[in-house]
Amino acid sequence: MTSHETAAPKPVPIETGLALAMLRDMVRIRRFEERCADLYGQQKIRGFLHLYIGEEAVGVGAVHALATDDSIVATYREHGHALARGIAAGAIMAEMYGKLEGCSRGRGGSMHLFDAKARLYGGNAIVGGGLPLATGLALAEKMQGGRRATAVFFGEGAVAEGAFHESMNLAALWKLPVVFFCENNLYAMGTALARSESQTDLCAKAASYDVTTARADGMDVVACYEAARDAVNRVRDGAGPVFVEFQTYRYRAHSMFDPDLYRDKAEIEAWKKNGPIHNLTNRLKSEGKLTEQTFLAIDAEAQREVDLAVAFAEEGTWESVDDLARDVHTQAAP
Amino acid sequence: MKITYREALRQALHDALACDPRVFLMGEDVGKYGGSYAVSKGFFEEFGPERIRDAPLSELGFVGAGIGAALGGMRPIVEVMTVNFSLLALDQIVNTAALYRHMSGGQFSVPVVIRMSTGAGRQLAAQHSHSFENWYAHVPGLTVIAPATVDDARGMLAPALASPDPVIVFEHAMLYPMEGELSPNWAKADLCSARVLRPGGDVTLIAYGGTVWKAMAAAERLASQGIGAEVIDLRVLRPLDDATIMASVRRTRRAVIVDEGWRSGSLAAEIMARIMEQAFYDLDAPVARVCSAEVPMPYAKHLEEAALPQPESVVAAVLQLLGKTAQ
Repeated sequence: MTSHETAAPKPVPIETGLALAMLRDMVRIRRFEERCADLYGQQKIRGFLHLYIGEEAVGVGAVHALATDDSIVATYREHGHALARGIAAGAIMAEMYGKLEGCSRGRGGSMHLFDAKARLYGGNAIVGGGLPLATGLALAEKMQGGRRATAVFFGEGAVAEGAFHESMNLAALWKLPVVFFCENNLYAMGTALARSESQTDLCAKAASYDVTTARADGMDVVACYEAARDAVNRVRDGAGPVFVEFQTYRYRAHSMFDPDLYRDKAEIEAWKKNGPIHNLTNRLKSEGKLTEQTFLAIDAEAQREVDLAVAFAEEGTWESVDDLARDVHTQAAP
Repeated sequence: MKITYREALRQALHDALACDPRVFLMGEDVGKYGGSYAVSKGFFEEFGPERIRDAPLSELGFVGAGIGAALGGMRPIVEVMTVNFSLLALDQIVNTAALYRHMSGGQFSVPVVIRMSTGAGRQLAAQHSHSFENWYAHVPGLTVIAPATVDDARGMLAPALASPDPVIVFEHAMLYPMEGELSPNWAKADLCSARVLRPGGDVTLIAYGGTVWKAMAAAERLASQGIGAEVIDLRVLRPLDDATIMASVRRTRRAVIVDEGWRSGSLAAEIMARIMEQAFYDLDAPVARVCSAEVPMPYAKHLEEAALPQPESVVAAVLQLLGKTAQ
């Protein structure tokens, strides 16, 4: 293979419609979150805000590999998963504003996006907290004889938690239909993987529980989709859980409070050269499946969607303080 | 009909498993072993390993899995062997089970029942003798119950399973072999009321779980001195039944709370505060409490007995309230 051939864009071996749908979702997430950062600066959004910018290929590829009735358990960095799942941008933005029209009625905020119809079970802000929950959802599905899969997203930091190890063991022991999607962005907040783990091969950890493992380039949405699709097919067929490590990178700081002093700016720039949107756009263009004009139209549409979402959130209502005590218990009538 | 507390629990679990295919029991040694307190003896053979599910020593993992299974449409009964080990599962109970309904804006309920034994009295020393009912009773979103009678051991599981929200069940380890008369009303058990177990006019003794019977023994001794002690079995630790407590205290004008938890930050402290808030002007004496001494539970028998509330200490507290000396 010559160096010229190595430099040529990789082919896009999936249906063009799907590739374009995934491109569209990545652009939607990017534009949505850029606006979130602005709105945070304007103090429209408060609390913690964790941006997914740079990691979009993972959530988009994985969510597109799931059926609409599969279950999703996500982390506090879940705007992308919620948008890719089809939850209205307006409901997500309203949630971040704390408005009643938010997808969690303003009780959750950025870290706790929920949607029962979309089977999105949060938005869990305890690192590793979603793994036992997802294991249990899969247990219920298996006991009820269903074929739905449960997908749980978590960062590589969660791999240090007992919840990860206990869930791996239970899921493998009981052959549960759960896919463990590990978004390895190399830093648990500010602590690099190699500074916190004796074994940095995450697949080796999962494999030690007899869990099937796979690894994918988390900057390549097609690779993410294919790895997730294979994993989901496998668990749906009753072969037991699968662990997929997506190697990715977040361009922004951990949260809006993070001064980002623990990593080299050159490292960030190097990862940006291989950005997920750029990566797929180039490949589709080189195959003649995307024109610059179409890309600009996708981007304009995404920006319009964000404008409408912001307007929806701005016009939303503040819940009456009289209702403060609702939804603590199911029957509690304020 | 005479029945043990253990048998009453067993019958309640059996009913639940037999009547509802969504119900399953999961925990350490609930299956092959038959339950560490023999409550689920024979269930593994009768209902099979899927529904009587032995779990590894992964309290966080299997309690979380029970919560997830509840979200997924099942009605799990998760048995954590003891409250001592439940600390390893505290994150899932508090941060997931208790909060999910609220955080999701009312979209997701978690109908899980989590059972655990609690309490001291068997010389199991510091790490196996805790009473942390108050930790759980502190958390909005949880219902916390402490069946102390055979009626409640038999009757409270069904409403707990019917609840759409998480219910934590505390079974005092000293009660399993206790025998009692099963009343015809056991099936009317609710998850909201305290119960006057013994009427009396001079002082109200408020207790729950294992201390109920210590309060009852104290009431018996006080009766022999001509003092009428009313005994309230709280039954439900969250939400507390303020109405029953206040009605009694307004009548007797004196109250002693008997609580196996450590004094500082105890349920006893909460109940005292509520009496102060709601019935202060009806009191003839400051509210008193008998709690466990603030030491880790010692192994030696005489020291363990000294650390725990006992009928004698309850009697002494009542006599002090009444300005009398022991006879």
